[in-house]
Amino acid sequence: MLRFLGERLVQSAAVLAVMSFVIFALIGLMPGDPVDLMISADPDLTSADIEKLREIYGLDRPVVERYGNWLWAALQGDFGFSRLFARPVFEVLIPALGHTLALLGISLTLALCIGLPLGIWAAVKPYSVRDYAVNLFAFAGISVPSFWLGLLLIIVFAVILGILPAGGLGTPGADGGWADKLIYLVLPAASLTLASVGGHTRYMRASMLETLRQDYIRTARAKGLTERRVVLGHALRNALIPVTTIVALDFGFLFSGALITETIFAYPGMGKLTYDAVMGNDFNLALVALLLATLVTLIGNILADLAYAWLDPRIGFEGKNQ
Amino acid sequence: MRPAGPVSFSILAAVLLLLCAVWPAQAKDRDQLTIGITQYPSTFHPNIDSMLAKSYILGFTRRPFTVHDQDWQLVCMLCTKLPTIENGLAVPETAPNGKKGIAVTYTIRPDAVWGDGKPITTKDVLFTWRMGRQGQTGILPIEFYRSAYKVEAKDDKTFTIHFDKLTFDYNAINSFDLVPAHVDQVNFDADPVAYKNKTAFDTDTTNEALYFGPYVISETERGSYVVLERNPKWWGEPGPFKRIVVKIIPNTAALEANLLSGNIDMIAGELGFTVDQALRFETRHGKSFQVLYKPGLIYEHIDLNMDNPLLKNRDLRHALIYAIDRDAISKQLFGGRQPVAQSAVNPLDWVYADDVKHYTYDPKKALELIVKAGFTKLEKGIRHHKNTGEALRFEFMTTAGSKVRELVQQVLQSQWKAVGVDVRIKNEPARVYFGQTVTQRKFTGLAMYAWLSAPESVPRGTLHSAHIPTEANGWAGQNYPGFDNAEMDALIEKIEVELDKPKRKAMWKRLQEIYVEELPVIPLYFRAEAYIMPKWLGGVKPTGHQYPTSLWVEEWQAK
Repeated sequence: MLRFLGERLVQSAAVLAVMSFVIFALIGLMPGDPVDLMISADPDLTSADIEKLREIYGLDRPVVERYGNWLWAALQGDFGFSRLFARPVFEVLIPALGHTLALLGISLTLALCIGLPLGIWAAVKPYSVRDYAVNLFAFAGISVPSFWLGLLLIIVFAVILGILPAGGLGTPGADGGWADKLIYLVLPAASLTLASVGGHTRYMRASMLETLRQDYIRTARAKGLTERRVVLGHALRNALIPVTTIVALDFGFLFSGALITETIFAYPGMGKLTYDAVMGNDFNLALVALLLATLVTLIGNILADLAYAWLDPRIGFEGKNQ
Repeated sequence: MRPAGPVSFSILAAVLLLLCAVWPAQAKDRDQLTIGITQYPSTFHPNIDSMLAKSYILGFTRRPFTVHDQDWQLVCMLCTKLPTIENGLAVPETAPNGKKGIAVTYTIRPDAVWGDGKPITTKDVLFTWRMGRQGQTGILPIEFYRSAYKVEAKDDKTFTIHFDKLTFDYNAINSFDLVPAHVDQVNFDADPVAYKNKTAFDTDTTNEALYFGPYVISETERGSYVVLERNPKWWGEPGPFKRIVVKIIPNTAALEANLLSGNIDMIAGELGFTVDQALRFETRHGKSFQVLYKPGLIYEHIDLNMDNPLLKNRDLRHALIYAIDRDAISKQLFGGRQPVAQSAVNPLDWVYADDVKHYTYDPKKALELIVKAGFTKLEKGIRHHKNTGEALRFEFMTTAGSKVRELVQQVLQSQWKAVGVDVRIKNEPARVYFGQTVTQRKFTGLAMYAWLSAPESVPRGTLHSAHIPTEANGWAGQNYPGFDNAEMDALIEKIEVELDKPKRKAMWKRLQEIYVEELPVIPLYFRAEAYIMPKWLGGVKPTGHQYPTSLWVEEWQAK
């Protein structure tokens, strides 16, 4: 297992290195740079000023040289400064990452805790009233646009009932600690949970239905095991394998996919930060944020590989069936 | 079959979610005013990056030397007396470049102190000027520091700035924002090039020594909020609230919901609703809030690319403006709150000339001009040239996703279609549109966007032929239509240095005449700012120009 983990980490590092150059070059290809924005804001800039500004921001050098400089500095722990926030990139990213992890950790946990059991519950009695009800709920969750759901939650819980704050990170000026921050997390977390629980329910239901049709399940039933034992003891592990893939893919989505929820709830997380960095020509910040999203996706995939082996011992770490 | 386990788990998780949802919301605090805006400042340094969100927040915490007040008059804020040639505090002289320059003397208010109690002195003036002159720091505005070639400190409070040119606005140093030498000089001297990333404004934002307004910044949460507390060292009238919280809510629908839920008390006009959003809000909730509209200096217009062979024809440019009903757009889409622009000069500006040509909706005249230009053949509703067969067709661009602009664009497209002009809409995200298309003149026909200017702002950058962006000049300049008119160039140069007001007004009139006659730009309307405020808040006076209401926060009051 350690060898497997080592190999995957080396592969991931190679992917990250390639991606860093690809992202760097792509960002450089985007129209406009920080100085272009300054030109549009200041009519008095002369061509000499523009030249000087490009020199200050290092934009007068070719992309490969800029990438080389960046990489060399990054390897020494210096990821540069955010142009938008005038702070070292990680000083800007880490708080946003913390906010995102809190929001997504809660919503992913809740979505799995609600979605997976509901999917199983529906699958054990397919095409029943219960199954249709769960499907209806799941499709509603999948179909409702997240911005609409977010606004609806704000209107019900903040405007009409007035029991929850409409958005933000915490009560400004009040040191309310974790309890205060948690209150502000309720609506965005609920919005993200409701938006993703439907998908998890559907995947779990489909996977469990498929598993329950297998011969070994019939054998287990023939042996006289209780249905609960058959479902939870025999079918569940196999049924979780495809769902694990989906959850692993969710990791990458979680970084950027929460953009709308973060915007609606004025929650300063990674999605909004990455978007602002790209739109605001903040090369360093956008680059590191996108690399972080790549890293999280790679970690998600490694974890998924480990989970496969745990769920199905026939899948070995050598990549072939035992 | 009793799968009670999974169901119980689901129910438990759902109940947990609901239990969280009944936690009581925050309590109301009447000593506090909570304002919603849509942007968080990229930096709090007053001289790096120009950004409305920053100007708004810093308006509570700092004061410029001079500023245009709510009546658009230049006044002193940090200085004691506005220097003029008449009062002897401004003396014309010959600059080292041999041109006419001027020496202007200011005195800092004797009671002016930084938030830590240290007096504001000429040391701060000299430090700020040295920083701007250094040229490697990215300090703005570059033109001011280029022109102010020498600063002399007479004593701790009095200093003279020597400018290498004598312009009519010689005494306006609105953008000369002081930086405290006793706090930031060490950061600057350590590495001037890296200073922009190491300034105390961003590393130690809550240091009260950085501020000298009625409030100081006491807490920030990047991207979320800024808390301002009363500045005990402030020398003027105290701020009306113990605390002001500026919350950043990027989505306007969420901004409205926050206002209705009481999470914020008001929405700043500077960075909040567009007029159409405010009008809809007023219809629904006007009884519970006061809504103020203030048309200002944000000039919405359409640039015509003068390199386009069709747009070179002045008759066709006139036809385009005669064919559109700007009055109806203003009334129908904006409830008349955004007045139609006749030129780039706002009617609130003293140099506005009301007696220059006003274009009114006249599709018949538009058609006559189109025919006069040779577009007599009509095929499938589109005019074609009688000789070449060329279709009368333009590409029309604006920022994609800007709802109001896209709506206006569609109305204009249909009105032009009615006279046989085929306008093809091609919009781009703002990042691309302003990043390259407009700034590098890559639009082929019409480009709609807005300018924000200052009172009596001479349009050198936007109308002087020397400011047409080209690859050779590094795309410097903002004359995006590519307007090249010798008389306009001469007028701009003369207006800048004409000190006699009546003479200058006459020149401004001629400038506006050329503008509407040559029509390199189709004026649309002056955008209004919409302030949504609680009924109990008074004293907020929108300015209509780029200086925010927060500069006069001490005049606000809770009724």
